[in-house]
Amino acid sequence: MSAVTADAHALFRYVLRLGDLSLVLGQRLGEWVGHAPALEEDLGLANIALDLIGQARLLLSYAGEIEGRGRSEDDIAYLREQGEFLNAVLAEQPNGDFGQTIVRQVLIDAFQLELYERMSASTDERLAAIAAKSVKETRYHLRYSGGWLVRLGDGTESSRALVQSALERLWPYTVELFAEDDLDRAMAERGAAPRLADVHAAWTIRLDEILAQATLTRPVDRPQSRHGKRGQHSEHLGYILAEMQHLQRTYPGARW
Amino acid sequence: MHEDRDWPLYEVFIRARGGLDHKHVGSLHAADERMAIEHARDLYTRRQEGVSIWVVPSKAITASDPGEAESLFEPARDKIYRHPTFYDIPDEVKTL
Repeated sequence: MSAVTADAHALFRYVLRLGDLSLVLGQRLGEWVGHAPALEEDLGLANIALDLIGQARLLLSYAGEIEGRGRSEDDIAYLREQGEFLNAVLAEQPNGDFGQTIVRQVLIDAFQLELYERMSASTDERLAAIAAKSVKETRYHLRYSGGWLVRLGDGTESSRALVQSALERLWPYTVELFAEDDLDRAMAERGAAPRLADVHAAWTIRLDEILAQATLTRPVDRPQSRHGKRGQHSEHLGYILAEMQHLQRTYPGARW
Repeated sequence: MHEDRDWPLYEVFIRARGGLDHKHVGSLHAADERMAIEHARDLYTRRQEGVSIWVVPSKAITASDPGEAESLFEPARDKIYRHPTFYDIPDEVKTL
């Protein structure tokens, strides 16, 4: 592979990481439609899901252009296998109860917010533009999810216990978000993406503020070996893809 | 939904764009003002309907009694002289 194509391949994979994170989380949130604890929350969660899928569309379209093999956003979303998805495994974790969905959402919203804020200054113009648009949406997402975490954490005995246990369950998956590998490093070095260490530091401060308000305890970091960013997923992703891709796989090329 | 028992009702007013009045658009349930604003944003501005939101607890609104409509509103019916329709409007006046 020439240097140029190696660079393009790296950028392609990096953009997939971002796009798949939004796509899989958006698909997960969509499962709440018709099932949320109140009609108002049903719409709130669906709005966030649609924002995330909108971000995924921009990112996956861009990935297709970088790759240069004529694949559209739909081809990339609907016709890839599980091992080709590069989202961190946190996004694919089950919704659980409303509290667990909120905890997952806070963890990822805060990550995306710190990431996109910095990526707005990316040397890659497309990534900078996508980040600048997404950061406005993400700020609202965190307002919503963070607000709910405070209500539930600083709520009743049982709501507090539920979100604290969801936090314990999901916390280990956050390590992967900030585990910098060669690809993350290469993107940071060329100025296309922020350093994950910077994102992590800012995320930690933001999380601590929300957790303090919510009277929740931050779990301790534990070493982990999750590699969704490299295509090694938990058992949950296959079920998500089965549902998400079913229509395109059954009726190839089907359109609205 | 059982939340309806717990979450009070709010009336929602949206300003469609700068310079216009806030208009009543509907109501929703929320635990408090902050949540009411968020719900209003999600329910009533998702198609770019507005640039500003007011929420008011429904219980803060005092409404006229429909049973009194006759005495409240009928007396105005035959007083057509209260309408400014007996003036000749000069042609130059465009925006009356």
